Amino acid sequence: MNLSQELLASMYRKMMKIRKFEQRVSELFAQGMVPGFVHLYIGEEATAVGVCENLKDTDYITSTHRGHGHLIAKGGELKYMMAELFGRKTGYCKGKGGSMHIADAKIGILGANGIVGAGLPISVGSGLSARMRGTDQVTVCFFGDGASNQGTFHEAMNMASIWRLPVIFVCENNLYGISMRQDRHQAIADISDRAQAYGFPGITVDGNDVLAVYEVAHEAVKRAREGAGPTLIECKTYRWRGHFEGDPTTYRAKEELEEWMAKDPIPRFARYLEENGYASRKELEEIERSVESEVQQAIDFAEKSDLPDEADAVTDVYSDLVEEGRAR
Amino acid sequence: MPEKLYIDALREGLREEMLRDENVFIIGEDVGLYGGAFGVTKGLFQEFGEDRVKDTPISEAAIAGAAVGAALCGMRPVAEIMFFDFFTIAMDQLVNQGAKNRYMFGGKAKVPMVIRGPMGCGTGAAAQHSQSFPAVFAHFPGLKVVMPSTPYDVKGLIKASIRDDNPVVFAEHKLLYRVKGEVPEEEYIVPLGKADIKRKGKDITIVAGSIMVIRALEAAKQLEQEGIDVEVVDPRTLKPLDMGTIVDSVKKTGRVIIVEDDPMSFGWGAEVAAGIASSSAFDYLDAPIKRLAGLDIPIPYNPNLEKHAVPQVEDIVKAIKDILE
Ligand SMILES: Cc1ncc(C[n+]2csc(CCOP(=O)(O)OP(=O)(O)O)c2C)c(N)n1
Ligand SMILES: [Mg+2]
Repeated sequence: MNLSQELLASMYRKMMKIRKFEQRVSELFAQGMVPGFVHLYIGEEATAVGVCENLKDTDYITSTHRGHGHLIAKGGELKYMMAELFGRKTGYCKGKGGSMHIADAKIGILGANGIVGAGLPISVGSGLSARMRGTDQVTVCFFGDGASNQGTFHEAMNMASIWRLPVIFVCENNLYGISMRQDRHQAIADISDRAQAYGFPGITVDGNDVLAVYEVAHEAVKRAREGAGPTLIECKTYRWRGHFEGDPTTYRAKEELEEWMAKDPIPRFARYLEENGYASRKELEEIERSVESEVQQAIDFAEKSDLPDEADAVTDVYSDLVEEGRAR
Repeated sequence: MPEKLYIDALREGLREEMLRDENVFIIGEDVGLYGGAFGVTKGLFQEFGEDRVKDTPISEAAIAGAAVGAALCGMRPVAEIMFFDFFTIAMDQLVNQGAKNRYMFGGKAKVPMVIRGPMGCGTGAAAQHSQSFPAVFAHFPGLKVVMPSTPYDVKGLIKASIRDDNPVVFAEHKLLYRVKGEVPEEEYIVPLGKADIKRKGKDITIVAGSIMVIRALEAAKQLEQEGIDVEVVDPRTLKPLDMGTIVDSVKKTGRVIIVEDDPMSFGWGAEVAAGIASSSAFDYLDAPIKRLAGLDIPIPYNPNLEKHAVPQVEDIVKAIKDILE
């Protein structure tokens, strides 16, 4: 595929943005600045970026508990994300949602999700709505290998197929659902095989190769826009961190992690860009530094932002009601 | 008596029942190799093997359904749902199958299963990992609902629940796991359907369940300094509900406040309040029945808002002073 220098640079920048954002979140979590649960995406950057670079702002994504990468790849703003992680009023969800619930309707982000497998049927709904409204919008539904064992996976894939909906199912197979290695949680090796049961294409791709992911997603998005129906893309990748920050990861071997860290998608892509004359080392370092400062600015923004007021607790439950009468 | 953590007492109860009856087995996500997301089943996989401590795929409907099916066929499964919030995915199997099988089959089946998991907020886990809604299950005839507040109770009640021939929903507040309390060395059972007076007093009755028992006892301690003598009644099981113990306490104190962790609307506190109002305790009431419960909101992420979402010790203290004024 012949991709413009501009697009390639954008991909690199986004992957770097995810990496740097996540590394700082990991530190901030350890310092107690970020409460609750955070699930980091480090190591899987090529998947979100390779897919989302094919999307327009008006297209939709549904995301997961491990959502920061998807949101950044879809155009989410770091400062509002960071403010949300800090539980601030200026965050994407006014501090009410946190890491697992970030959404931005303006750029089609239908939410990270705390319920494994819950994004799948929602993507059927957004696909259906695009169809009914007569637009060319597509929906990308991200989910994990573990999520592919939920009933919602099967129900959603089947429904999307009979209605030939413009949905791209992107399974991030990082080999584990918490402690459950894939060979303990399902009897198949390639999750893409499951597409066959629903009558649409299923493709497995190296999820650490951003260009390979881009190419496969490009074809799937094209199919979806043309009304040819859904595709299931399985991206084989690996999470470097524990399932959540603080997870002791006793269930996997150090060697396995090291093997995958050697397949780091970012230097791999950098090498490609340099070797093919798309970017110099210096240019790539500049991108890295500018991303670092953007992340720092996001942290500064979050730290300076106000906390929500107690009175905010009861708003936003309904579009019209505020049940203060039942408050204590 | 030795002091133990709630989580350890719970595990002991599970272990003892597994040793006692080979039909008892554990099934759930990450319950085996990982020892459970909160560590409840730690070590049991190593002791009993993977057939009796079954790691499952992420499939709550099938976990609940498999428990129902195995129970119908003579086993005594204990299913773990990783967070109480995910009970909703297991709901059909639990509610339309497990709860109704016996009745629908004309009393010719039994479904001896337990389905358990951690509920409640206080960990910053936000709306989909923090809700308490045990009362929902009390609305389904056929289910029993248990929500132990102490290490002693959790051990005795898990054992009773496993031996019970009906499906039991067992709700553990995740903040209780690290609470310590006395647990005897010798074997004991805490029967379902019996409330417990956690503190004797004469001025006012607090009816509190689960984590709210801990907060009620703390509030009682503070109020004692001001000469207010509080009685704390813990129903321990919502279904069956021991109204007798509650009614007797209210007759003695003449005042009652019900403290719940769940959202206020249509909560179990309303059931208790209605029970008191329509009982012989009505004539003894010196003040209106008061309820203190969670706000009618999903649990917010920000820790200050989260704290505000459910009653805290200071809310209980203030409410009691208001009643007594
Ligand atoms: C319905 C539901 N069940 C269980 C969980 C707990 N949980 C959170 S993430 C996770 C593993 C998900 O695995 P996978 O889909 O492979 O995504 P990954 O974490 O590997 O990115 C589990 C079991 C949940 N959040 N929701
Ligand atoms: Mg996974």
